[in-house]
Amino acid sequence: MSLVTDIHDEFGAERRPNVSMGTAGDYFELLKPRVMSLVILTALVGLVLSPEPVNPVIGFAALLAIAVGAGASGCLNMWWDADIDARMSRTSKRPIPAGSVTPGEALAFGITLSVGSVLFLGVITNWFAAGFLAFTIFFYAVVYSMWLKRSTAQNIVIGGAAGAFPPMIGYAAATGSVNLDSFVLFLIIFLWTPPHFWALALVKSGDYSAAGVPMLPVVRGAAHTRLQILLYTIVLVPVAIAPSFMGFGGIAYFIVSTVTGAAMLALAIKIYRTGDGEGANKAAMQMFGFSILYLLLLFAVMLAEQSFGFGAGMTRALAVFFGGVA
Amino acid sequence: MMAEDGIRLTEEEQKRRRSRSVALGLVLGAIVVLFFWVTIAKLGANVFKRPL
Repeated sequence: MSLVTDIHDEFGAERRPNVSMGTAGDYFELLKPRVMSLVILTALVGLVLSPEPVNPVIGFAALLAIAVGAGASGCLNMWWDADIDARMSRTSKRPIPAGSVTPGEALAFGITLSVGSVLFLGVITNWFAAGFLAFTIFFYAVVYSMWLKRSTAQNIVIGGAAGAFPPMIGYAAATGSVNLDSFVLFLIIFLWTPPHFWALALVKSGDYSAAGVPMLPVVRGAAHTRLQILLYTIVLVPVAIAPSFMGFGGIAYFIVSTVTGAAMLALAIKIYRTGDGEGANKAAMQMFGFSILYLLLLFAVMLAEQSFGFGAGMTRALAVFFGGVA
Repeated sequence: MMAEDGIRLTEEEQKRRRSRSVALGLVLGAIVVLFFWVTIAKLGANVFKRPL
């Protein structure tokens, strides 16, 4: 007797049970590797802001735990949103809608990694950082994915907090607490998220509408979204420059955040002025693409400054730059 | 015959299962190495302090 004879389809005919078709690559994709790489960078900046030196092995392991925790929340998001993903061109090839990983496998994978990353971070650093990571996973998987995403146009504004927490978790892992500097890093990512995602949503609003996701362009229209992108960018740019005046951004950070901030502002104005006219999608995609580079540059320059020890604030940096007394 | 019982995997399914198994093995190995180094880092110089 075969082990599979008790499995029948709705017509009573014998069928073959599902055999997992996921490759290692599919499981890796469930972790949203591109988001994870940004989490690693931003958490690392939070880690190096610590006044106390961190053991490199512990620092590396803490970063890994934070990255895996972020990946786990991405996996749980894909599990919950598989129905939406299947209806959108951008996400229809993700492992669950593509049929290579079953929802149950993704759920088990996400929960295992969530619990594992939180416990590991707690054991190697402190339980405040671990609790913060657990809260972030909960916030992204439950508050954003299960609740906000399908119910409000402010979904990515509030939900964006989950993506903004990693620098604070990194700082917490190193020090056991959070401070104003790490909060400003949180604020930069938090304010960056809406213009970044709304630029994409302007182009993909048809997809979001078909999938029933109340993104801002779907609910309030493209014109209102363009205004919101401009307003958020106007607030974001000075906040992103603020570290230079708070003692943890140097001259290089000041220059980069000012120049790229001006470019962000120019792109937001271009989107606003273009309106529904020709080149609207192009302007939105330019903003979407550049916003990634913007955030990457801000954190990469800050990391370089902190690593080479010249990120001690505008005053000192300027003094050093002009050959004065540091 | 016992060999004919159960599910017979296709070549593609076997290939994918092998990919998962190899990745899992590598990850588990990496975790062992990571735990070892983290333990050494946490203990620091105390690793040498033990009763003889």
